[in-house]
Amino acid sequence: MHKSPQLNKHGELQHLLTIEGLPRDVLTHILDTAAPFSEVAEREVKKVPLLRGKSVFNLFFENSTRTRTTFEIAAKRLSADVINLNINTSSANKGETLLDTADNLSAMHADMFVVRHAASGAPFLIAQHMAATGRDHIHVVNAGDGRHAHPTQGLLDMYTIRHYKADFTRLTVAIVGDVLHSRVARSQIHALITLGVPEVRVIAPKTLLPTGIERLGVRVFNDMREGLRGVDVVMMLRLQNERMQGALLPSTQEYFKSYGLTPEKLALAKPDAIVMHPGPMNRGVEIDSAVADGGQAVILPQVTFGIAVRMAVMAMLAGN
Amino acid sequence: MRIHIRNGRLIDPASNTDKPLDLFIAAGRIVGVGGTAPAAWGDGGANSVLDASGCIVCPGLVDLAARLREPGFEYRATLESEMAAAAAGGVTRLACPPDTDPVLDEPGLVEMLTHRARLPEFAHVHPVGALTTQLEGKALTEMTELSEAGCVAFGQANHAIVDTQVLLRAMMYAATFDFPVWLQAQDPFLAKKGVAHDGEVAARLGLAGIPVAAETIALATILHLARETGARVHVTRISSAAGVDMIVAARAAGIAVTCDVAIHHLHLCEMDIGFFDANARLDPPLRSMRDRDALRAGLALGAINALCSDHTPVDDDGKQMPFEEAEVGATGLELLLPLTLKWAQEMKLPLVTALARVTSDPARILGVKAGSLAVGAAADICVFDPMAKFQVSRRNLKSQGKNTPFLGSEFPGRVRYTLIDGHLAFDGTLG
Repeated sequence: MHKSPQLNKHGELQHLLTIEGLPRDVLTHILDTAAPFSEVAEREVKKVPLLRGKSVFNLFFENSTRTRTTFEIAAKRLSADVINLNINTSSANKGETLLDTADNLSAMHADMFVVRHAASGAPFLIAQHMAATGRDHIHVVNAGDGRHAHPTQGLLDMYTIRHYKADFTRLTVAIVGDVLHSRVARSQIHALITLGVPEVRVIAPKTLLPTGIERLGVRVFNDMREGLRGVDVVMMLRLQNERMQGALLPSTQEYFKSYGLTPEKLALAKPDAIVMHPGPMNRGVEIDSAVADGGQAVILPQVTFGIAVRMAVMAMLAGN
Repeated sequence: MRIHIRNGRLIDPASNTDKPLDLFIAAGRIVGVGGTAPAAWGDGGANSVLDASGCIVCPGLVDLAARLREPGFEYRATLESEMAAAAAGGVTRLACPPDTDPVLDEPGLVEMLTHRARLPEFAHVHPVGALTTQLEGKALTEMTELSEAGCVAFGQANHAIVDTQVLLRAMMYAATFDFPVWLQAQDPFLAKKGVAHDGEVAARLGLAGIPVAAETIALATILHLARETGARVHVTRISSAAGVDMIVAARAAGIAVTCDVAIHHLHLCEMDIGFFDANARLDPPLRSMRDRDALRAGLALGAINALCSDHTPVDDDGKQMPFEEAEVGATGLELLLPLTLKWAQEMKLPLVTALARVTSDPARILGVKAGSLAVGAAADICVFDPMAKFQVSRRNLKSQGKNTPFLGSEFPGRVRYTLIDGHLAFDGTLG
C-alpha cells in the first residue's frame, strides 16, 4: 500500500532514508562496498574519482559537527564538491519552508542532499517531493531525522560488528540507554534483525523505552546486569542532558548507577565482547572512562569505518 | 416550486422505511410520499421531475463537525467553497466548531456567520459556541446570548479545559439552561507534544506518542462531572476501544451522554501513517487496529451515536511539512457519505441503520427537527447512486482543502442530487 520511497522501480537504492525494509542483500552489499574504501584513507592520495563533478549539499537543520564532518570527508574523498549549510541559523529562521530550501538548492544543480533534521520523517518529505516533481536524479541521504532513523550510523555499526565478530547469526547484542529518543537505536535494531542477529536486547528504564518497542523484534530488559549477561556486543546510546530536566530521570548520578557501563557490569558480558558508542560520549553518565578507554572499546574504529561506509553509500547512490 | 423525485429507493431511518417510493415536494417541504401526487398539489403537476432510478433517496446528511474556516482562515477555505463541498457530499446540515479566528465566543460573530451562511444553496449551519472565552479554559462565555444568536451547543473544539474547576462550573452553568456541552476527551498533559498514537507505529517512526490513557482519563473526568452537574454531554471524536467501553458503562449507570466518531477513525489506524503521510496527522490520533474495530462495532450497535466528517480543510503549505510539524486535520465533507456506505458494506449493515448514523441520529444530538422524510418535514434530501464510484482526487474534491489520507482511493456512492429546503443545491447529472 505504501511504496517505499527509497527504492526505485528496479528495486535499487535511490535514497537512503531508513534501514527498515531494506533487504539483507542490500545491507550486505553496502558493507561489502565499504571495505575497499577504508583502504583509500591509507593511501598517499586519499581520493577516488567516483563523484567527480557531483555536488553534495550537506543540509543540516540541526547542529552536528561530527556527522557533518564525516559526510564531508567521505564526499571529498569521492572527489565531489561539498557545500555545507547550517540551516537553523539561516533561512528556516526567515520563514522559508523545508521544501522551498530543497527546491532552491536543487535549482543550483545539486546531485545529493545529506539531510539532518530535528523532525522525524523530514528527509522522506524531501525525497517524496523530488519524486513528485520529476527530479529523480537527486539523491537524499538521511543523516539523522528526529527520533526516527540514522541509517549510516546503523550501517557503520554493522560494519564495525562484522569487522570484529564475523558472523551476525551467532550474536547476542545489547543496546543500552535512551532508546525512546534515539534514531541510532532504531536504525541499529532494524539492521541487526535484518542481518540475522538472533537476539537483540534493549536495556533501559521504562521511561526511556517507546511503547511497543518489543514489536520491533527486541527483548526488553530493565535491569542492566541481567541484560548484559553473555552478550557479544554492547552498543551504548548517548544520553542527552536535557532528558534530566523533565520527569524521565532523576539525575545523571542515579542513571549512571543503574545504566552506566562500568568495568564491573561489562564483566557480565562475554570476555571478548566489544563496546560501541555513536558519540559524542558523556563520560560518567552512560559510560565509565575505564570502559571508554579500555581494551574492549571500539569507539574510535567506528568513526574511521563511518567514513568508508558513507563513501560506499554515496558512491552506490550517485557514483559515475 | 413543486418537485417530484421518482423511481428511487426511499430510505428514511427516522421511520425505519426502506422501499421504492416517490417523494413530492412543494414550497420547500415534503408534501407526499408514495405512488401518486398528493391532492394538495392541485392540477399543476411538478415543475421539476428528478429521476432517481437506481438511486437511494434519503434525508440530507447531518454532519456534527465541519470546519468552514470562516472567520479567520479564509486562505484555507471559504464559506462558498465548503458549502459547495457540503452540497456535493449530500450534507444539508452541519455543526461547526468554535475554533475559528476570532473564536466563536461572541454573539455578533455567531450572527455574522449564520447570516453569511443563509443562502438557499447553502447547508443549514449550526454554530457550536465556545464554552470559554478564546477557548482558553478560564472564563465562561455568554451562553444565553450565544444561544439566542444561534448556537446549538457549547464546546471547546480541540482545546481542553485544563482547570477542572472551570470545567465543573462551565458544565454547571450550561446545565442551568440545559445547553448541551460538546467536549473532546483528551488530557492535555498526556497528549503534550504527541503527534501519533502511542503504539508500534510511533515507536518505529520515532514520533512522540499520545497514549489511550489521554482519552480515558479525560473521559473519566467528563463523565464524573456530567453525573455531578446533570449537564447534557456529547463527547466528540472518540478514538479508542476503552473510550467506547466507558461511554457504554456510563450510559448503563444512567448518565445522559452521547458521542460521535470521525470517518477517519472508522476506517484508518496508526498503520495508515505509512511513511509520514501528513494527511494522516489527525486529532485525536489514528489509533490501533483493535481500537478501529471497536469503533466500527460501537457505531453499528449505537454505542457511538453518530458519524461525522470532522471536516478540516488545510492548505498545502500546512501539510507539506514533516509529520510532526504539519497542521492537524483532513477534509471530509465529500467523504462522509461514501465512507458511511463503505462501512455499512464491510459490516454487512442494513443501509437504513447505517444512514441513521449520519441523518436522524446526529439530528437528535443537534436537537433540531431534521433528518427525516416524513410529510411536513423540510425537504433536505440526498439522492445518491450507491453503485457509482467516487474517486478521491484533488480535482474531484470541491472543498478548498485537498488534504485527506484517502487521496487516490475509490469508494461506493455518488451524490446525484442534493436538495436544501426544496432547493436543488447540487446536481450531479451536470457532469
